[in-house]
Amino acid sequence: MTDHHSDIDAVSGKSTTGHEWDGIKELNTPLPRWWVICFYLTIVWSIGYWIVYPAWPLISSNTTGMFGYSSRADVAVELANLEKIRGDKMVALGAASLADIEKDPALLALARAKGKTVFGDNCAPCHGSGAAGAKGYPNLNDDDWLWGGTLDQIMQTIQFGARSGHAKTHEGQMLAFGKDGVLKPDEIVTVANYVRSLSGLSTRSGFDAAKGEKIFAENCVACHGDGGKGNQEMGAPNLTDKIWLYGSDEAALIETISQGRAGVMPAWEGRLDPATIKAMAVYVHSLGGGK
Amino acid sequence: MNKTVNPNELKPADDVGPLYAARKKVYPQSVSGTFRRIKWGLMAICLGVYYFLPFVRWNRGLGAPSQAVLIDLPNSRFYFFFIELWPQEVYYFTGLLIVAAVALFLMNSVGGRIWCGYLCPQTVWTDLFYAVERLIEGDRRERMKKDKSSDPMKLERISEIVLKHSIWLMIAWWTGGAWVLYFNDAPTLVKELVTFQGPMIAYIWIGILTATTYVLAGYMREQVCTYMCPWPRIQAALTDEWALNVTYRYDRGEKRTSVKKAAELRALGQQVGDCVDCYQCVAVCPTGIDIRNGPQMECIQCGLCIDACDNVMAKIGRPKRLIGYDNDINIHRRQEGKAPIYRIVRPRTIVYSAIIAAIGGFMVYMLATRSLLDVNVLHDRNPVAVKLSDGSIRNAYTVRLLNKSGYDRAIAIDVEGPVNPTMHVVGADSVTPDRPIIVIPRDSTSELRLLVTAPAENNPEKSIPVRFHVMDIGLGVAASATDNFVAP
Repeated sequence: MTDHHSDIDAVSGKSTTGHEWDGIKELNTPLPRWWVICFYLTIVWSIGYWIVYPAWPLISSNTTGMFGYSSRADVAVELANLEKIRGDKMVALGAASLADIEKDPALLALARAKGKTVFGDNCAPCHGSGAAGAKGYPNLNDDDWLWGGTLDQIMQTIQFGARSGHAKTHEGQMLAFGKDGVLKPDEIVTVANYVRSLSGLSTRSGFDAAKGEKIFAENCVACHGDGGKGNQEMGAPNLTDKIWLYGSDEAALIETISQGRAGVMPAWEGRLDPATIKAMAVYVHSLGGGK
Repeated sequence: MNKTVNPNELKPADDVGPLYAARKKVYPQSVSGTFRRIKWGLMAICLGVYYFLPFVRWNRGLGAPSQAVLIDLPNSRFYFFFIELWPQEVYYFTGLLIVAAVALFLMNSVGGRIWCGYLCPQTVWTDLFYAVERLIEGDRRERMKKDKSSDPMKLERISEIVLKHSIWLMIAWWTGGAWVLYFNDAPTLVKELVTFQGPMIAYIWIGILTATTYVLAGYMREQVCTYMCPWPRIQAALTDEWALNVTYRYDRGEKRTSVKKAAELRALGQQVGDCVDCYQCVAVCPTGIDIRNGPQMECIQCGLCIDACDNVMAKIGRPKRLIGYDNDINIHRRQEGKAPIYRIVRPRTIVYSAIIAAIGGFMVYMLATRSLLDVNVLHDRNPVAVKLSDGSIRNAYTVRLLNKSGYDRAIAIDVEGPVNPTMHVVGADSVTPDRPIIVIPRDSTSELRLLVTAPAENNPEKSIPVRFHVMDIGLGVAASATDNFVAP
């Protein structure tokens, strides 16, 4: 208080704080006492937080507060409550058939929401967060399916995977016709051009279509079928459509034919519970390409 | 001019300014007159509306709330008689707040702090609490005497105090009780509350508002206006030289004398002021100020000093309105012997009125023409487009349909933009593949995943604007939303 001096302002007749800036003085307008008391009370109140809540860091931990409050425990309780709330709905999801889920707007919304989350956690690394895929990893939005695009087929693929090592997994792969010496390099170029011609893509000049057809019939028809329409039993892609998992240019096709392809889809049975797998099947099916 | 003081030369005795000021309790005296009557009337209207509005019923049909004014938080709806607002229509409240703000400006430029003096909840409830206090403890002098008295309390005094606080608390409790009724069906909630089956949150809010009403109207009173409310500061910037404020007409009042002295001087033919220094204006003031010191921030302009002064002027046979709604311009004009002029209509008030009319009119127009069917469309971002096995392009959209009406609607969706489009709604039966038909329950929203497919050869552009039309196939009401159809 020793610095607090005042004198009387001649105009207003009020005392000033004694502070002066360029000849302008600050009038002393006292705060209301109740205000000051309230202010001190808030300070006292704040001390309560130190006592009631975790506050002070110690060397290896911290003070826990009077009631052992922890925000993490709160979150755990809320998550447990959420699981409880979701529990019934997930049971309903597990009990309903895949087709019924798609017909019930509430179950569909739940399956899509749940499926989307689980997809983001488990599938997005390969298939992309929007399931748009990448080279070697199928786009799940389109209507081209290696192993079938019905709800049941999608569910089966998710459950057991492809070439995953699971007992019920999808088997079958693209052989390495070049590496294994089945076809000679010029035969590979010819059949690659023939495959391009199946879906109306341009072919190299001087390409012998008859020779290509013969090589195709001898080596490829077993899996890809007559005319290259593919076979979902063996995961053999349709070669006549516009969708190419590994690329449609000549170099990519030559690589595929000579080196073979055997992409792996892991089996999710055992890792995800059945209701979740169902939700994911419905989600993938609802992306738009499902049959 | 102040003389500059070197702080180092000051002695402790010079240190006269207190840092903290104790509140000087105000004991407003009862008064009767025009403005007191206006205040009673407005108080009755304001409190009547506040306490009883939740009980007003309004028929909206089966299944919908029948309360005229209801803020339905769990279902995110606001009901006001024939209007039902959804959360996304909150801009109507923005408009209302703008109109309210400009209305305050207009009031201020016409008649000063009309809001503070007559309508503000703080003023209304404080006025009511003062009335209770006066009824039980007596008028100004008695209350001052009782507060100052150092005699040991007698039973009578104790019962007075207990009675006063009980009535205050009952008013405060009713205030809190009325508040929660705006958030739930009032008759049901009242029944639940009195049988102690009401929701805990209701009791908590009643408790909070009981406490604030009791403390703010019973204890804080004018301190709220002086120290806590920003409006006195703002209004000082809004007033102008033509605004009519509660003003002591010093041209008439000065020089102040006593009644006796004034009569003597008048008999001698001398000029004397009408103010007889009776301090009635100070005695009735709910903020404890002296209006004769000119416009002050503490003054809420309730007009009670006008009544008090008028009563005195009538008694001593002088003209009324020594204190009245006036401004400095007229005081100076009268001093110069000219007639006063009142300029209510002037650019400032015209502009404020125009703003109120424009925004109010716009809001009414928007409200009257708003559609009870709406559609929002959000394009899938990942992937934006999908190439199908036959080479055609498919885009996916999240479509949100809003049915704000009180009945279910069957909605047909049409798309316009890409050539030869086909549509599919995920989960919906494909009975009408080219024109999906969806039923949206009343007063709700439906979110759909809509797939639009179009041949690539017919739609060579990278991006085509699309417009989705949704139409109520029964009533023909339509809405639309735009987006783009994108090639991969």
